[in-house]
Amino acid sequence: MTSIIPARTAPSRVRPASGPAGPASPRTAPAPLAPRARLLPSLAAVYRAQLSRARVARIPLLFVATFQSVGIMILMRGVVDGGAEARAVVAGSSVLVVAFVALNLLAQYFGQLRASGGLDHYATLPVPPAAVVLGAAAAYASFTVPGTVFTAITGSVLFQLPLTHLWVLVAVVPLSGAALAGLGAALGLLAPRPELATLLGQLGMSAALLLGVLPAERLPGPVGWARDLLPSTYGVEALARSFDARPDWGLIAFFLAVCAAVGVLSLAVATWAYRRAAVR
Amino acid sequence: MCAVRDLVKTYPATRGRRGAPAAPEIRATDSISLDVERGEIFGLLGPNGAGKSTLVRQLTGLMRPDSGSVEVLGHDLVRHPERASRLIGYLGQESTALDELTVALAAETTGRLRGLPVREARAERDAVLEELGLTALAGRPLKKLSGGQRRLACFAAALVGERPVLVLDEPTTGMDPVARRAVWAAVDRRRAERGATVLLVTHNVIEAETVLDRVAVLERGRVIACDTPAGLKEQVAGEVRVELVWRERAPLDVPEVAALRPSAQESGRRWVLRLGPDEARAAVAAVTGGAAFAALDDFTLATPSLEDVYLALGGDAADATKGLVKA
Repeated sequence: MTSIIPARTAPSRVRPASGPAGPASPRTAPAPLAPRARLLPSLAAVYRAQLSRARVARIPLLFVATFQSVGIMILMRGVVDGGAEARAVVAGSSVLVVAFVALNLLAQYFGQLRASGGLDHYATLPVPPAAVVLGAAAAYASFTVPGTVFTAITGSVLFQLPLTHLWVLVAVVPLSGAALAGLGAALGLLAPRPELATLLGQLGMSAALLLGVLPAERLPGPVGWARDLLPSTYGVEALARSFDARPDWGLIAFFLAVCAAVGVLSLAVATWAYRRAAVR
Repeated sequence: MCAVRDLVKTYPATRGRRGAPAAPEIRATDSISLDVERGEIFGLLGPNGAGKSTLVRQLTGLMRPDSGSVEVLGHDLVRHPERASRLIGYLGQESTALDELTVALAAETTGRLRGLPVREARAERDAVLEELGLTALAGRPLKKLSGGQRRLACFAAALVGERPVLVLDEPTTGMDPVARRAVWAAVDRRRAERGATVLLVTHNVIEAETVLDRVAVLERGRVIACDTPAGLKEQVAGEVRVELVWRERAPLDVPEVAALRPSAQESGRRWVLRLGPDEARAAVAAVTGGAAFAALDDFTLATPSLEDVYLALGGDAADATKGLVKA
């Protein structure tokens, strides 16, 4: 990450410092560049700054997200009669908290940042685009942890599911969080207007709600395909399988791997979208 | 040190939509050429829409020019816009990226994103907040501060992680005199101690006269003059600025007053005239004696300011009174 001094020397039209203008001596070689910010430290700095916003800006919304999911589970209790469907409802409602915060709120945040010119701040700092996108995405994914855990435990108790394997959330939250946050950031950064970013975030969350919470067997064919396209589906599936008496760990790992792959892809798209939005 | 040659940026015409009328193509910067020397405080002065911000956005790599070259400290920033952030500390007009952070965290995070290790970022943060008198506000979120304080906090963030060039887009907007003084003291210190170069966007003529070494006057995307404030004022040195404020309306029945009217720039009860010394003396004698004096509320005589220079250079009078601030 050291600076690369170009082989080209300064062009001849550099004027010597004149008269009282300054104490400088005439320059012939390009000035040394300040170092770039490296990926991990700047990612950590963005993450920390974003997390500090949580107290003022995000916690009330996290409550909304959690109550929404708990409410949905209580409603669905009258519809589903235990078994696979109950597992799908609990898993879907838990991942819905992630979708609400990581997809919907992050899309809104980046949409507003882009529209208000706030991206200029980052674009004029020597920070890798990936650090800004990943730092914000990681922070938003972190906000979802308490709500997701609370929803999963409440749901397990409501539907009498075993709590034994809920530790799977340790993988489900970051991986589906990465996939959904990347999607949310990309939507926010690509939307030409902030209202559109909000709309797209809401639509994405509605899709996660309908396609994640409703048991897959009851969906008509084409809607089922849409379900397969949505990144949160694989987080939902992984979590749902972990409620089985004897979970199929191979299948769970496969679903989580799909989640991770989609996460890498969507974060890469979001990083590209950031570069595109930052320099106009 | 900073050389701009033939910079052109054209915003394309937009088609009208519901609620938004069609806009014709706009040349925001129209072959601008400038040279800024090292250690200089160089100003860009002009009314709103003159192209000042578009110009600095091109200097800071935020916007690609359609044509022309920008060279800062030997680096071609049109070809390598990503180098701008490693040479230039930029204070833009927007604070939205920092609004929800505390003052201390905004400064520290910005320093870290300028590549400083944690410890150095914190040390510089503390030093800059102390220097600008922000220590007492360090724990407050920017959103909760007044406009001027928020601007000062953003300025603090721009200073953490030192750069040889500072580009400040209207840094003192909304600030009280104490905060303004802190800003200019900090700028001066960086120039005196470290040879920093400062490029300043302003539409405040008084500020421009007092802090700038040289100033480029922009209008409609062109540089219409570039010199020291004193040098610019020499162009209208032979003139005196006469301001007359009438109680209710100008007594046009007095022939001397009626004769002054064609050369006056009127805004409500206030007339501004730029006259030769003899004419000025005659005008003052006419309005302070006889019938006109009863209608006169106040008058001032002054040497010309940069605003008069701007008007004398052919700047649009209507734009000038709206766009330039005199406080």
